[in-house]
Amino acid sequence: MTTQVRTEPITVNLGPQHPSTHGVFRMRVTFDGEEIIDVEPIFGYLHRGSEKLAEERTYVQVVTLTDRMDYVGSMLNNQAYMLAVEKLAGVEPSPRGVWLRMIASELQRIASHLVAVGFLIQDLGAWGTPLIYTMREREKILDLFEMLCGARITNSYLRPGGVFMDAPEEFWPAMNAVLDELPPRIDDLDDLLTDNDIIFSRTKGVSVLTPEQMLDASITGPMLRAAGVDWDLRHRDPYDYYDQVKFERPLHTAGDNFARYWVRVQEMRESIKIVRQCEKMIEPGPVRPDHDDVPWLLRPPVGDAYAAIEHSKGELGFYLVSDGSISPYRCHVRAPSLINLTLLREMLVGELLADMFVSFGSVDINMGEVDR
Amino acid sequence: MIGLGLLKAMKVTLRNALKVPFTIQYPDRKVGIIGAAKNEGKSTVGLMATQPVTAAKAALSMYSVPVNIPQNRRFRGNEFTWYEDRCTGCASCAKYCPLGIIEIVTSPGGFDVQQGESYAIDVFDIDIGRCMFCGLCVEACPYDALHMGSQFERSKYERDALVISVDELRQALRQPSSWFRPQFEERDYDPFRDGPEDDHYKTGRHEMPDQETLDQRWVEDR
Repeated sequence: MTTQVRTEPITVNLGPQHPSTHGVFRMRVTFDGEEIIDVEPIFGYLHRGSEKLAEERTYVQVVTLTDRMDYVGSMLNNQAYMLAVEKLAGVEPSPRGVWLRMIASELQRIASHLVAVGFLIQDLGAWGTPLIYTMREREKILDLFEMLCGARITNSYLRPGGVFMDAPEEFWPAMNAVLDELPPRIDDLDDLLTDNDIIFSRTKGVSVLTPEQMLDASITGPMLRAAGVDWDLRHRDPYDYYDQVKFERPLHTAGDNFARYWVRVQEMRESIKIVRQCEKMIEPGPVRPDHDDVPWLLRPPVGDAYAAIEHSKGELGFYLVSDGSISPYRCHVRAPSLINLTLLREMLVGELLADMFVSFGSVDINMGEVDR
Repeated sequence: MIGLGLLKAMKVTLRNALKVPFTIQYPDRKVGIIGAAKNEGKSTVGLMATQPVTAAKAALSMYSVPVNIPQNRRFRGNEFTWYEDRCTGCASCAKYCPLGIIEIVTSPGGFDVQQGESYAIDVFDIDIGRCMFCGLCVEACPYDALHMGSQFERSKYERDALVISVDELRQALRQPSSWFRPQFEERDYDPFRDGPEDDHYKTGRHEMPDQETLDQRWVEDR
């Protein structure tokens, strides 16, 4: 005799204040038992109108807004915006300033990946321990930023053509100490998580995305590289001086949650290598162009410019239109978090309730950037 | 092999569990009798003899000492340091503020024998309740009159109390941060180590070091 259990779909609203949603994000999920049969992401709860605010501020003042878009990757946001401004205004950056901002942005990439890995593991249910380990390393990098620019999260370190001030003397030994300390810590992370059977069984083969799907949705960053597509803007379309440094691009072929996690951990090691090379290549000199070349009130000629960098989450691009005045006529941000979220439905349908937030976390989104 | 990875992971956890905690117990930290005696500047026996109540409190772990967070000298704190003698009331800071929270009202007033007529500053309101401490006002100041402060403990019960007025700026403890002020770093001034700097003649002016100096500094760094 067989008993039949009759199930019926139930729709649950998760968010906008759900503790696992990495910010104010709402998902209307339809479950059949434990299985997800439909997901409708609803965002816009953190919309602050950064793009509109940028139209009323001068080109230098907009830097403070870019800090607050993706607040775990401020230096990278600064860099993308400054590249767009330099392209628009035809500014020739100072070499030392460019090396300094490369160092800053690679350190920021490590910090951002540490946050991504820590919270992914927290979503798996490992409350506390791995997250605190990753946060401890991130703190050291934030201390370096405080040394560089006086702030830890909202840096505003970069200016058109370079950085606002040279690194202090105590920065270089402190940075070397952190760089010496990081590789064993990442090895620890590998020991703790990468070979862990529990992580294996929870993340392998979950939320698999094919390269075709991702290319159709123009997804970039570690998510794409986790499916074996070798697409890294630092390598494909080198900005700043990335054509002068050597680094490898870790690739994984699975395209599942584990691959996305693994790619991030390996990229941290590559970032450390890049910072070490930058430190060797950097030479003394001015850190920003003369005020005669780049005045405080920058007035770029009429036109538009788009500049993109490889953010820790994907391709971050700034599109600026100038009408010849002191503030941009239009500022558009190609936010990797928002575009990487577009495949959320494909990732989640058919998976289980328990894996939902793990998959969501593996995208490594930041709500500040999704809604801007 | 199933289980081996778990053992490796446990090894990492165990190693970290045996380490000294890296937590900073801000704002104060409970100490025992020895720590209390050190804080009072006495020997342990001396503390028990002269201040038995304090010693008993410390033994019951009810005695705490303040803990300071190590800060860097470029820290952008929320107390502003302002040298009135240098300020001309040009309001560059107000123009450069991305949020427009600095209000300056001047009137023609003061007269200096060397510098001629100058403006008297009647209102200099900085609404730090809306300030995001980007420091662009300090960067804009052409006379090095405004500096970021280095303090950060400035919580208030009312929003209105967060507005720094001109009188408050005049009386404030002048502990300038070296943010965008390379002259402080050149003479190795650290606001946390060296204390307040009241004399504006000593603070120096912000100038770009020449190439030779930069080269020399680079050689010495290596």
